[in-house]
Amino acid sequence: MSSSSLVHAAYLIPLLPLAGFALLVACGRRLGNPLAGWVATGAVGASFVATVVTFAGLASLGPHHRAFTQVLFTWIPVGGLRVNAAFLVDPLSMTMALFVTGVSMLIHLYSIGYMDHDERFPTFFVYLNLFVFSMLVLVLADNFVLSFLGWEGVGACSYWLIAFWFDRDSAASAGKKAFVFNRIGDFGFLIAMFLIFTATHSLTYSGVFGSAGRLSGTTLTAIALLLFLGAVGKSAQIPLFPWLLDAMEGPTPVSALIHAATMVTAGVYLMARISPILSLSSSALTVVACVGAATAFVAATAACAQDDIKRVLAYSTVSQLGYMFLAIGSGAYVAAIFLMVTHAFYKALLFLGAGSVMHGLNDEQDLKAMGSLRRLMPLTAFTFIVGWLAIAGVPPFAGFWSKGDVLLSAYVKSPGLWAVGAVTAALTAYYMGRETVLAFYGPQRWRGVGGGARAVSSGSHPVEPHDPGWVMGAPLVVLAALSLVGGLVNLPFHPNLVFLSHWLGPVFGRALRVETQSATFKVGLGAVDAVLAFIGVGLALRVWLPQWNRPRLEPTFLRRGWRVDDLYDAAIARPGTALAAFSAYVFERLVIDGAVNGTANLVRSGADRLRQAQTGFVRNYALGVAAGVVALLAWVVTRSTS
Amino acid sequence: MSGFPYLTTVVLVPAGGALLVAVLPRARPRLVQGLGMATSVVVAGLAVALAVHFRAGEPGFQMVSQHPWVKSFGISWKLGVDGISLFLVLLCGILFPVTLAGARVRRDPKTFVAWMLLLETACLGSFLSLDLLFFFLFFELTLVPTYFIIGGWGFSRRGYAAIKFFLYTFLGSAFLLIGLLAVVFIYQRRTGVLTFDLVTLSSQTYSSVVGVVLLLAFTAAFAVKAPIFPLHTWSPDAYTEAPAGGSVILAAVMAKLGTYGIVRFDFQLFPKAAVTLAPVLLTLAVVGIIYGAVVAAAQKDLKRLVAYSSLAHLGFIVLGVFAFSSQGISGGVLQMLNHGLYTAALFLLVGMIYERRRTWQIPDLRGLQRPAPILAGVFTVVMMASIGLPGLNGFVGEFLILIGTFITHRWWAVVGAAGVVLAAVYLLWAYQQVFQGRPQGENARFREMTWREGAVMAPLVAAIVFIGVYPRPLLDRITPSVNALIHHVDAGSGSRRPAVATGHSGGGPATAAGRRAGPAQAGSSGRPTGAPQALGSGR
Repeated sequence: MSSSSLVHAAYLIPLLPLAGFALLVACGRRLGNPLAGWVATGAVGASFVATVVTFAGLASLGPHHRAFTQVLFTWIPVGGLRVNAAFLVDPLSMTMALFVTGVSMLIHLYSIGYMDHDERFPTFFVYLNLFVFSMLVLVLADNFVLSFLGWEGVGACSYWLIAFWFDRDSAASAGKKAFVFNRIGDFGFLIAMFLIFTATHSLTYSGVFGSAGRLSGTTLTAIALLLFLGAVGKSAQIPLFPWLLDAMEGPTPVSALIHAATMVTAGVYLMARISPILSLSSSALTVVACVGAATAFVAATAACAQDDIKRVLAYSTVSQLGYMFLAIGSGAYVAAIFLMVTHAFYKALLFLGAGSVMHGLNDEQDLKAMGSLRRLMPLTAFTFIVGWLAIAGVPPFAGFWSKGDVLLSAYVKSPGLWAVGAVTAALTAYYMGRETVLAFYGPQRWRGVGGGARAVSSGSHPVEPHDPGWVMGAPLVVLAALSLVGGLVNLPFHPNLVFLSHWLGPVFGRALRVETQSATFKVGLGAVDAVLAFIGVGLALRVWLPQWNRPRLEPTFLRRGWRVDDLYDAAIARPGTALAAFSAYVFERLVIDGAVNGTANLVRSGADRLRQAQTGFVRNYALGVAAGVVALLAWVVTRSTS
Repeated sequence: MSGFPYLTTVVLVPAGGALLVAVLPRARPRLVQGLGMATSVVVAGLAVALAVHFRAGEPGFQMVSQHPWVKSFGISWKLGVDGISLFLVLLCGILFPVTLAGARVRRDPKTFVAWMLLLETACLGSFLSLDLLFFFLFFELTLVPTYFIIGGWGFSRRGYAAIKFFLYTFLGSAFLLIGLLAVVFIYQRRTGVLTFDLVTLSSQTYSSVVGVVLLLAFTAAFAVKAPIFPLHTWSPDAYTEAPAGGSVILAAVMAKLGTYGIVRFDFQLFPKAAVTLAPVLLTLAVVGIIYGAVVAAAQKDLKRLVAYSSLAHLGFIVLGVFAFSSQGISGGVLQMLNHGLYTAALFLLVGMIYERRRTWQIPDLRGLQRPAPILAGVFTVVMMASIGLPGLNGFVGEFLILIGTFITHRWWAVVGAAGVVLAAVYLLWAYQQVFQGRPQGENARFREMTWREGAVMAPLVAAIVFIGVYPRPLLDRITPSVNALIHHVDAGSGSRRPAVATGHSGGGPATAAGRRAGPAQAGSSGRPTGAPQALGSGR
């Protein structure tokens, strides 16, 4: 068996988590805690192995032969439309599958510990496995429709998992909000597919991209922007980002897996996938870049003023996704994927660290009620600091290299975009520094609070915060290591070191913008990045180490995330409710049903009146006859005189 | 065509069962229920056998059985099945036993079961009749059992709802009868032959005014039955006040009489007028999609909410069929089955909630997922199918409808797609109110789904998942008949549409582009997957 035939293992990658899902649906409750969790973790672990095998098979092929389609069956065949359940194995999809399965496996493992006390432990893993399956279908599909299946599938799983603790009204509402905001984006995705099919008569990626060059500029821009609308919904960009903040209602492993590392990056993946279309429309690229830069900045400012340990990270995720779109819009697809992968490492790490803190503090989420935890939770503190420095872009951590690539390409696109990105980079180092200091340094503010305001689990007896066991600790260590060395996959020092660029290059081909900057310029820009990161880190330490309560640095406008939720409420939610009430209780009753009942009443009352005429009294009839005669006479008289 | 007369048998068996039930003693409710159940299961078996015998890929009517009845009037007992009616027959076959098992009545089961079986005969007869007069008789026959089921076993406002339902649909049918007789007599005057045979009559053409008037007469009946906006107000009342079983059959099966009638009779008899009036009907369809969803969002009554969602979903079906593309009509026909499956499931689930809590007022229900996770899970799956989640059946139908509409009538499809967003809003809202939150009092003691109820829901859920994952066996049977119908409409109206929308290969630059795009796809997959082969596969 030649090594290249290993790519035929591709179908196993999504199938194994699906099998895990089916098994847990059938007998999850019987397996119970913790066996159900181990089954789920095993299924994803096996999927990871299958991905590594397929990856190796693909790598053994020549750089320009690394695209393989595996057709499973025909899904929707009607007339000229033929949608297959088929997978596209190429460097992009395998890169995605590799980090999705890898990070998922770690977070599954962590969840076994984190969800230990939950009575619906098996159900959690049912959803989690279904999520991994959907995500893998999304990235492996060879056509838009199958990708859409995964796209909606991850959205549904996200809905279920955000609302996992459905007893809480806030959780239930957050889940619904996430689904509806995603659906708005999906509307764009749907229309884009219709337009693509009408224009190219195909919905497979290869078929569509093959005829993209023949399409008019307007059509290409429309397709690109409609798909971008889908990406804006899924990846929480302006103006559809508020759902991701509320999504923090879900269990923390869910926030780490779905709302940081994998699902929310699906929009970035989609944009990278359609690079042959995107690169033909410079106006669409500019829109993507501007939305990305604006989102990165707005979310970063909001992150500076949050008190909830998870909301800081949520805004941070929105901001980092903005960076990825900035890269896409600058034509730097490899930089976007590079940032996506490294971000998955350090943001998953930060969320799991936050989960570890909450676990130790009886589900306390308020940063202002933490402090000094580094002494009691050294492992959590150490790994969290690694995550902070990685996201801040301090060399040599992973974030420095990936963010550096993004900023460089943004500069090539427009120095203005670079400036926004650079300011945001400093802000990132600052707000993450603030979070780290508030949680792990300063006084022990959690003493006396009674072990947390939202003590859900074992009552309010004071528990001394402590590091978690190995099941939760091991993922922290692995992710911290990856956050430290993740930059190695694409080091800019030598052409032989840019592995990721070489690996992904053939996928993007001509869509990739060629960088023409001199080496000195690149080093200079990199130095600026490093200086900005150090400024942010230094500022955070200087401001927040001595004093933990500084309301002037946390204005209400930023605390409430630029008041976007208020805007939605006033502009859409309230008018929408009023419209629905008007339609149902005024228009429907008075106009539509009113017409029907009115007709019925008219017939009935008309009949009643007519019936009244039939009184049976001769005098009435005689009166009628007399009146008739008079009328007739009058008519005759007036006629004859004129 | 020799062999077992499947169609005649499948239509007459339920009526025979109804007669048997009628002569049984009233004091033996279990025997009555058993016999009713057995009859409907036999019919389901016959429907399945019929589907197995059905030859895929053939566009025409199969298993035709024809017996002259009144020779001098040209009336004959003529039944036939094609890809358009096959799955409606199957839907009938499955839903009646499911309903009889899942929505039993306590008061006078004998009469109820007899009416239900008679209703099954009427529905099956409507879907299978190829003779206009017999179609009309069956179509009208559906009214009588429904009237008595609503009026006899319904809820507080049942009297109002039953009369409204009867008068409204009866008025529509009056137009149908006039239109039908006009078609027959025009044909007789031209050819001297008096016949009610659909296939013979569909060869006739009309001047544009006469065609439009006749089409409107037919469509009046079908639009009320479906219902199409703004002729829908009988339906929320009837669906809500009917007993659970009545709601299931009304929404899942009888609504399809309207949409089926449009496809079978409107398009077959008046292709030109149908194309002329398509923009009007498409507009009413998208208005219905949006309006139904908006009104559903304001309902405080779970059953009414499902009723209005039904209006929105019927809008999708009408949108698809009036798009006159292969994808649109195939999607519409498939969606008739899909909608039947998930709406039946929704009404059965609402019925189960009512049995336990004696209410379907949304504010009275709360947190039911805690005491009844399995019932909530089944509800979730069905709800997601209705929302159009890919992988479940609703998506396949909606996707085909919208893409088929987009090819021929772009902006209608865009508005229709907005309805997909709205469907999520009202259904998820309802789910949150009813199943999420912390349950108290009666809601906390809510009983979990029983095995028996699970067995009732299982075939529906299985079908919902199966069609979502592998709709091909269905589409392979639906599409040939649809393509033949489109060919008939094209020939009758002289209109042309993009080749990709019809499934027959033909000229035009669009096809050429598709053909050029083909080899790239085929090459990359090692198997021809793209447009060219599909374009030629129509006929």
